[in-house]
Amino acid sequence: MDIGLIHYLTVAAALFTIGVFGIFVNRKNVIIILMSIELILLAVNINFVAFSTYLNDISGQIMAMFVLTVAAAEAAVGLAILVTFFRNRGDIAVDDASVMKG
Amino acid sequence: MPDLSSALHLAASELTLAVGALVLLMVGAFIGDKSARLVSILSVLLLIAAAVLAFMGPWGVAFNGAYVADPLAIYGKSVIYLSAAVAIILGDGWMKRTHIAKFEYPVLIVLASVGMGMMASSGDLISMYVGIELHSLALYVLAAFHRDDVKASEAGLKYFVLGALSSGLLLYGSSLIYGFAGSMRFEDIAAFAVDHPSPGLVFGLVFLICGLAFKVSAAPFHMWTPDVYEGAPTPVVALFATAPKVAAMVLIARVLEGGFSEAHAQWSQVLVAISLISFVVGAFGGLVQKDVQRLLAYSSIANIGYALLGIAAGTSEGLQAMLMFMTLYVIDQLGFFAILLSLSKSGRPIRRIADLAGLKKDRPVTAVALTILSLSVLGMPPFSGFWGKYYVFGAAADAGLWPVAAAGLVASVVAAFYYLRIIKLMWFDAPVDDIQMDKSSPETSLIGWACAAFAFPLVIVGLTWLEPLTKVASAGFGNG
Repeated sequence: MDIGLIHYLTVAAALFTIGVFGIFVNRKNVIIILMSIELILLAVNINFVAFSTYLNDISGQIMAMFVLTVAAAEAAVGLAILVTFFRNRGDIAVDDASVMKG
Repeated sequence: MPDLSSALHLAASELTLAVGALVLLMVGAFIGDKSARLVSILSVLLLIAAAVLAFMGPWGVAFNGAYVADPLAIYGKSVIYLSAAVAIILGDGWMKRTHIAKFEYPVLIVLASVGMGMMASSGDLISMYVGIELHSLALYVLAAFHRDDVKASEAGLKYFVLGALSSGLLLYGSSLIYGFAGSMRFEDIAAFAVDHPSPGLVFGLVFLICGLAFKVSAAPFHMWTPDVYEGAPTPVVALFATAPKVAAMVLIARVLEGGFSEAHAQWSQVLVAISLISFVVGAFGGLVQKDVQRLLAYSSIANIGYALLGIAAGTSEGLQAMLMFMTLYVIDQLGFFAILLSLSKSGRPIRRIADLAGLKKDRPVTAVALTILSLSVLGMPPFSGFWGKYYVFGAAADAGLWPVAAAGLVASVVAAFYYLRIIKLMWFDAPVDDIQMDKSSPETSLIGWACAAFAFPLVIVGLTWLEPLTKVASAGFGNG
């Protein structure tokens, strides 16, 4: 069987969906949300690289590099905010993030 | 093809800000938190310099189409940089009084401004994404800036999670657009979309709009707004309510009217739906609020709905209306927040709307200013907010969207209730307690009064030079 563009797109769409659900369904731990965000960004990267090869155009792979860099920066900022949250609350359960309603 | 030096000349304002932010970071790192005042002053000067550079700078396209310095970008950047500078001025004294003064505050705002400038002049999907992330990452940190405060860290966390999700949606949308159009550049995407309308492209576009709607806090993607407005430090909220909104609105206009002008029929429906929901959520959600900043959050949701209506019209008049509306709105918001920052009781900032009761006795001038600003945001003629709505509704009606414009009018009548309640509290109610208002800092009061003076009567003069500027900025966009 030949693995073509459509297979890559399907995998990426599945990963993307898992990531989005990971953010909304998960009620336990903020770390899992960070992992889901990473999953979304990597799903997008699969898309970009697959399209880049398919179109024979380099800019998709350049974008993938940018996304990887930003993902690293985003994880750093996210963890830093999580640390301040943990210091104030002593817990990182998602349900606890509710001092303010909404 | 322009050479490198002319490309750098085009991007002079961002380069100044980026280099300046790094230098200021070094200054802060060497001197320590004592340098907060110095770094703030330098940052304000830097932002003003960048605004002047952007305004005076040449027009053109650089870096293979990734960077566009057209009148729209230049106008957007001037507004963005100047409002960011005001946010630094507002924050400096306030941070000192609440004992969280740190030199990182102005530096983070300058870095966010680089990102917002990139958003305003992005010419392809890569520079758009990098600009969005550059400003978002700085804003996440700013939201949690008061790191010993439970609410601020919770606000930062919520903003981060939802912001990262929205970036993910936006990115997935851009990957589909790239794949189906075969190019990252908005220009090529527009050229491709003319004769190859494909469902994949529209699918990607919808994801992109959802991601951008998160950034401007339009309903139904507004969940983070009330919490962030309530939890984050007030000067940071003053920034959130102004510069990033302008940047994201300019970006939406650029993507939709530049990259997808042919698909107007599709995206205009999505935008109309988003603005209708925003009117309703903003008007009715605000009615039950007790916290001033939560109230302003709902007010901003409704106002973003009006601004999106201007873009939904799809004409250059609509874009012009959006720019006018956003400029007048930004000035109103800065005034509102400056006045909030200038009020405190025994060292504690005013948070509940009820605390404003009887303000006319303690602070007659501030009460007048707040009344003018409330009437302006409400849309009462002849205050500035009315002119913004006048242009937007006019453009929407011209483009055949008059039922939506009528709905917007009804929503602004509903929203009038909560602005009028503030006015009633200030002028006719007795204070809730005997505690006197503290002496206010001169800079916040002055900025508040100045913005109120602009809202009325200076706006009449202001409109005569805003109109030609926005007309130039919006020329060449839209299909009518």
